[in-house]
Formats: sequence, C-alpha cells, structure tokens
Amino acid sequence: MTKRTPNGFTLDNSGKRIVVDPVTRIEGHMRIEVNVDENNIIRNAVSTGTMWRGIEVILKNRDPRDAWAFTERICGVCTGTHALTSVRAVENALGITIPDNANSIRNLMQLALQVHDHIVHFYHLHALDWVDVVSALSADPKATSALAQSVSDWPLSSPGYFKDIQIRLKKFFESGQLGPFKNGYWGNASYKLPAEANLMAVAHYLEALDFQKEIVKIHTIFGGKNPHPNWLVGGVPCPINIDGTGAVGAINIERLNMVTSIIDQIIEFNEKVYVPDIMAIGSFYKDWLYGGGLSGKNVLAYGDVPEHANDYSDVSLKLPRGAIVNGNLAEIHPVDHADPEQIQEFVTHSWYKYPDETNGLHPWDGVTEPHYELGPDAKGTKTNIEQLDEAAKYSWIKAPRWRGHAMEVGPLARWVVGYAQNKAEFKDPIDKVLTDLGLPVSALFSTLGRTAARALESSWAGHQMRYFQNKLVANIKAGDSSTATIDKWKPETWPKEAKGVGFTEAPRGALGHWIKIKSGKIDNYQCVVPTTWNGSPRDPEGNIGAFEASLMDTPMCDPAQPLEILRTIHSFDPCLACSTHVMSPDGQEMARVQVR
Amino acid sequence: MTAAETFYDVIRRQGITRRSFTKFCSLTAASLGFGPGAARAIAMALEIKERVPVIWMHGLECTCCSESFIRSAHPLVKDVILSMISLDYDDTIMAAAGNQAEAILEKTKETYKGKYILAVEGNPPLNEGGMFCIDGGRPFVEKLKWMTEDAFAIIAWGACACWGCVQAAQPNPTQAMPIDKVIFDKPIIKVPGCPPIAEVMTGVVTFITTFGKLPELDRQGRPKMFYSQRIHDKCYRRPHFDAGQFVEEWDDEGARKGYCLYKMGCKGPTTYNACSTVRWNGGVSFPIQSGHGCIGCSEDGFWDNGSFYERLTSLHQFGIEANANKVGLTATGIVGGAIAAHAAVTAVKRITAKRKKADV
Repeated sequence: MTKRTPNGFTLDNSGKRIVVDPVTRIEGHMRIEVNVDENNIIRNAVSTGTMWRGIEVILKNRDPRDAWAFTERICGVCTGTHALTSVRAVENALGITIPDNANSIRNLMQLALQVHDHIVHFYHLHALDWVDVVSALSADPKATSALAQSVSDWPLSSPGYFKDIQIRLKKFFESGQLGPFKNGYWGNASYKLPAEANLMAVAHYLEALDFQKEIVKIHTIFGGKNPHPNWLVGGVPCPINIDGTGAVGAINIERLNMVTSIIDQIIEFNEKVYVPDIMAIGSFYKDWLYGGGLSGKNVLAYGDVPEHANDYSDVSLKLPRGAIVNGNLAEIHPVDHADPEQIQEFVTHSWYKYPDETNGLHPWDGVTEPHYELGPDAKGTKTNIEQLDEAAKYSWIKAPRWRGHAMEVGPLARWVVGYAQNKAEFKDPIDKVLTDLGLPVSALFSTLGRTAARALESSWAGHQMRYFQNKLVANIKAGDSSTATIDKWKPETWPKEAKGVGFTEAPRGALGHWIKIKSGKIDNYQCVVPTTWNGSPRDPEGNIGAFEASLMDTPMCDPAQPLEILRTIHSFDPCLACSTHVMSPDGQEMARVQVR
Repeated sequence: MTAAETFYDVIRRQGITRRSFTKFCSLTAASLGFGPGAARAIAMALEIKERVPVIWMHGLECTCCSESFIRSAHPLVKDVILSMISLDYDDTIMAAAGNQAEAILEKTKETYKGKYILAVEGNPPLNEGGMFCIDGGRPFVEKLKWMTEDAFAIIAWGACACWGCVQAAQPNPTQAMPIDKVIFDKPIIKVPGCPPIAEVMTGVVTFITTFGKLPELDRQGRPKMFYSQRIHDKCYRRPHFDAGQFVEEWDDEGARKGYCLYKMGCKGPTTYNACSTVRWNGGVSFPIQSGHGCIGCSEDGFWDNGSFYERLTSLHQFGIEANANKVGLTATGIVGGAIAAHAAVTAVKRITAKRKKADV
C-alpha cells in the first residue's frame, strides 16, 4: 500500500521486508525494518528504539545538585554532555551564575568531547561502512604511500609504514580469528574505495584508536576521569592555583601545558588525518548521495559554546541556534525551550500512553507511562518479535516535534543553520569541500554530507579549544582564579519552587533537560535528546522521523547484507541509551521475567 | 600461510627475550605444581594457541565501560584486539549487524564450547517480560543466559553488571538486575566502577591470557589486585585528613591547597578501587586530584547512599579503620585455580562451587 506522508515521503510497505536487529556500531540497542521494491530500493522504513532505562523517575525527589551524575550515566559515549546540560538546567532554575573560568573550562571539556566523539564515531563506528578491510590486504604499500602523501603531509605515510600495517593485518586475517571484522560485508559492491585507500583508512583506524585516549585527558585534568568526569553546579570542581602553596595539586602551569599540548595534537590530527580522509573517501563516493532524508527540509539546532559566562543568547553562542523548516534556508526561526507550543513530544507510535494521544506535551508537563504492545499486523510474539507493525506503537522512543515538524539534529543540522546564517566559519569550509569535490550545495543533504559536517566540526572545535584555552590563561593572568560560585550552594538559599531548562549541542545533536524543583528536591525531570529527535517514530499526522526519512529511496546492492542501511543510520551517530530514558511516575507493576 | 600473531610474538615484540619467556613458563609451571614437562607445554600453548575468544554483550547500560576499555594505555587496545584476545562479538565495534551478528553467537557456542569468555556490560531488566531491553527481537536476558551456557568464565564489566548501577537505583523501574541474579552456574569476575579504570579492565583480561588462570577474587567477586584497598588508604591527600585540614567550601583556600575533600562528601573512605594508585587515563589524575570528592562509583548501591555532597556519617573521623572495615568486607575467599587459560575448566568448577557455597 502506498501512502504519502505530510513531510513529503512516499511509503510503500508491499515489498520484501528486511529486518536488522541488532543494529551494531551504535550506542545502545536499536532495530531497523525496511521494505524494498523489486529493484531492491527502500520504499518504507521503520526505526525502533529497543531499550528503556527510566533515569528520569529515578531522579525524582533527589538532590538537584546530584542530577548531573545521574544524567551523565544516560550516555558514556557522549560522556559529560548530559552532565553539562543538567548543571545548566539547575543553574537556570535557581538563578546561579558561574565564573568566567568555569565557562572556559566547561567549553574546553564540551569541545574535547565533540572532537573525541566525532573521531571515534568516524573511525571506529562508521568507517567500516565505507572501508573494505579485506580489500586493504591487496593494496600496494608504495601506491598507498603515494596516495597518503598526495592528500596530506602527515608523517606516518612511508611505504614501509603501510607495509608493516598490512603485514599485521594479513597475519590477523590468516589466523582465521577475525575478531570484530568477522562476518563483515567485505566485497559488497557498495564498497567503492580502491585497495590503497582502504589500507590508508585502516592504518588511520588504528592511529585514531591510539590517539582518542589522549583527547580525553582534558576531561581527566579538569574532571578527574573519563568516561564520566565530575562536574559541579555553580562552576567546576577543579580549583586554580598557579603559584601558591599546594599549586601542584590544582590547575597549575603543568596542567595548563598538558591541555595546550593536547589541543595542538587535536588540531594537527583533524587537519592532517581526519579531514583529508573524509575528502579522499568522499571523492570515491560522490555518486552515492543518498540518505539526505530530513536534512534538506527540517533541521534544528539549540546552539552551544557560550562566549560569555551565563549568556546563552544567540549572539553569545558560538555554535548556532535556530530552526529551518520546509527547506527554506532564507528563514531561520528562533527557538525557545520554554515556549509550550514549540517543543512537544507525541506517543501515538511509542510504547507509552497519554490521556489524549492526538496532542503533544511540552517536556515541563511531560507524562510518561509505559505501554508495551504490538500492533495487529506485527509478526511473532511480544517476546519474540519477527516483524513490527508501524501503524501501531513500535518504539521505546517518543516522537518530539518542533511546532509539529519532525526535525533532524546533529552536526549537519548545526552546519546548515550556520551556513544559512552566512557565518563564514561554517560557510567557507562547506563551500571549500563542495568545490574541491565538484559537488553542488544540494550534495550536502546526504549521508556523505552528514559525515563531512562532523569532520569539519571536529576541526572547528579544535580551534575553539585553543581560543578558550587562551581565554582561560588570559583571565588567570588578569588575576581571576575563581572557578565556582557558592552563594546558592545550600538548599536553604533556594526558592520553594523553581523550574529551569538547560541545553547543549551534544556531538549527535540538540540536547535539552527540563527540571522542576520543589522544596529542595527534584519534582520533575525530562530530557529530550538528539536521538529522540533523529530516531523518532511516526507522529499522529504520519510524519516519519529523521532515521526513517534518510533510508527512503536508497538502493541496496544485496538486501541480505544491510550495508547501505548501516551506512546511513550510522551517519547520525545514534545513541539509544540516550533516547529511551523516560519512565512512568508511579512505576506501575509490569509483567516480570521468571528467573530460574 | 603466515602464522597468526601469538602471545609469544607479542611479548617478543614488546622486548621480552626468549630466555625470559622460557623462565616465565617454568615458573608458571612450578607455581601450578606441575612437573618439568609442563613448562614446555605451556610455552607451546602460548606460542601456538588460538587467541581466547571473547563475546562482549551489552544490556541496559551507557557504554561507558567500552569507552573506558578503549582508553587503555598499557596495553594499547589495538594490541589487545589484534593480538591478545579474539573479540568475536561486541555490538559496539563489530562490523557485522543483524543476522550476520547473531550468526557469530551461534558459531561461537558451537566452535568454542566451554572455551570463550563472556564479558557483560550492562544488565538485564526483568520487567515487561524483559522487553525493556530487546536484542534480536527477544529479551536481552534470554540471549544472555543462552550465551552463558557455554562460556568458561564471565566478566561483569562495571557497576551495571556487578551491582545494577543507575537504572537499578530506587525505584528501579525496569527491575534491572546485576548479572549474578540471573547467572548461577559460572564463575563471575566482577570489575566494578562507573566505569572501571581502563588499565584495570585490560589488566583483568590480560591477566587471564597471560597467567592462564583467573585472578584471585575477594568475597564479593572482585579481583583483589585492584579492589582490595580503599581510595582513602592510598589517597595522596590522606595526610591532610590526618592533620584535620579540609576543604570547607568549593574553591576555598583549602581547595586550592589540595586539602582533604571528606567534608565535601568524598566517599573515598568507603570505596574499594584503584583510582588513587593506578589513576585515570594513563595516570593523569583521578577525581580527588581534580578537586571533586569520590562518589563511590565502584560500590554496590552507591546511587542510593544519600547525596554525593553529604558527609559520610557512619565513619568516625579518627579511628576510621575499625568502621570502614565493616563496610568493606574484603575477605578470604581465595579463588583462582591454576591452569592455562584453555584448560581452566576444573578450576572454574571449583570456583563456581565455592561461590555457590558462599552464596548460601
């Protein structure tokens, strides 16, 4: 049966159904089902969040100053970004301001996360969708070296270097124990890179694995550990002591030097490895411009990285804020998190119940009552699903909408907003990539565009880190060593009731926490996270979400091998533990597994 | 055909001589009470054996354990994956998905029956028929128990698998359970923390592949080598505690001088972990060194022990030892059989029996 969605996609679920569960190389658990037509082109797509943890109800009645630690555990991949969002929400509710140094340090931590997440995402979660590891075995190391040196002056590029990597890889494959590469889709016709580009990419897969652990040391310096560094309502927990007694145990010149050195390495890795790799890979895939989905229609960015402490206005935020709808880049709509008409969540197709499911609810008034059931056309049983019925409820993810529109969030959304705002720092790098690859602007709205935007953002973030590191040093030099505001630390100083919102741009997109505080305790806590936006199921109007839209009309080389599905879904960097977090306030009794 | 890179190749590449390797094998054999022939057998095994297959499953979790694992500075995680173990299934990094991923589990159960290590990150929820965590259309708990059947040992990564962690905090809406509440007949090595330290994680894995036995565990099932002492015991700020020098408010003079964080809610005195010795991310720092108290993330139920900023009241400021000992319960249950990794079944049975006894 063919159906046209209000957001402009033609769905046809009559063809062969393909199920991918588990979707791997993501954070958390998800399932994708698609229907393909007789030419193996995807004509219907169903995205399902398959996990649910209930962090928000666990937060009820707890100390708001602890909320960052709980919400940080929503996700260990985008570690820290939920914590930052949480302390901002509490500070917003209680009117707490933070010192300049705390703002710079928080930005350094948030930007370090962006870079880390983007690099690990591309090389370790996404690259195998573009790179055929087995093909690398037949590469000529000399030609690989020539290729590497033609795209970058990164020093690890000699023929001997690539030969050594290839020998190690050969030994690994000949052992017959293929580890994480077992049962991959090697040799699939959808892989387009020559053997040499594959070998170069595999070498960088390994280098990035070594390098990523250096990036996070910035979290360790300021937050004590990574994953899950420590944060503080009112500032940051690490004190600054440059040359006084005990400086050796605080943020001092040695610590600052370590931060500087890591930032230098980040900038170099982005410019000499990550971005050139994207360009090299992109040049072989520029005919594969599927996967645009909602990106050319509706995108949403909250903005982040405040230039000035406590100023979250559009002018202060270095990552842009705004909403674009119906592909009209000429008009950027302002976004207001407190406006009950703007951000709303729907549950008609989610495993939750509302009293009236035709309406959406703003997060401050969110209701979350789980209601797990399969539709009449589902196949299998409730505990052994063979096929879902997307006409009914089919996901643990709610459907958030901005003024009724399904939106895409993430690096591409941010960069499209920045591009539409004509900001040179976003527009120029995009134009350069497009010119170098000989592609029109429309090519941006694709799987490849999403992947490229992430690399450009990693590069941008590295330079912003240098900026905030300099700013931090300059401020300390000017005599300000303050890192925390304590006048409203104690609950006795708080109003009896308060509510607030905190937002950030997580690596995978716009993230918001809404909090209500009553008598010093959390009364209600709601998170709307990037993968709730991107991975959302259908809404009452029938609009499909960003994952679903992105899969539409993509041809598959071999429907038994879901390579193209993985490639496009991975380009969003899905985080399912984030998206499926909500919980019934009364924690009703539910059927329980028998433990034998 | 070129031989696969073996354990021997790896240690040679890391600069260990043939002579030291032989000596290591003899010592291992001797310590296990084997005759002279055994040393040669061990050497052979380490030179030619297949890498130990590891199946890494994910339940309800946040993936911080996987993220921590890849931070390992020594050994580097690429060496662990390419040369020390065979990480045949790990949803987070594996190339295959869907059917092709599921097929690996079947195959491993058949081919390596009783020989693979099952590493579990996260935990199974039991409410809603287990469908708060769906994997391959089925409840995760089923898949977990099914893979447990043929594993030779189980590693519980992090606070989720060991104790339940954040989703099991009150009121535990999904009835998320630590894995020892659903797995009864296999030895479980608990490596708690949210997440555990990277080098502790790779340390536990490589201990097994290097020494061919499971590490000695305490009564709670944690490797003693990393979890037998409190953060407070080895904290570099301990002298300030003893001298009564405390941080009283965030960013005060005491904070800047690196005084003790006990009054700011530090849970170091009741937390068993290696943070103050191994430290984090290649030894760069640990929470206390960066100005925040320990939140006790490796302890059972740490989410429900009051605010992270509340001072521990069950402890006397002085004479802390007596009280904290009650909290810790490190104990005598010496486990750990002694056999090369692939032949560890007997030891495993012994440990399992012991654990069952201890549970009663």
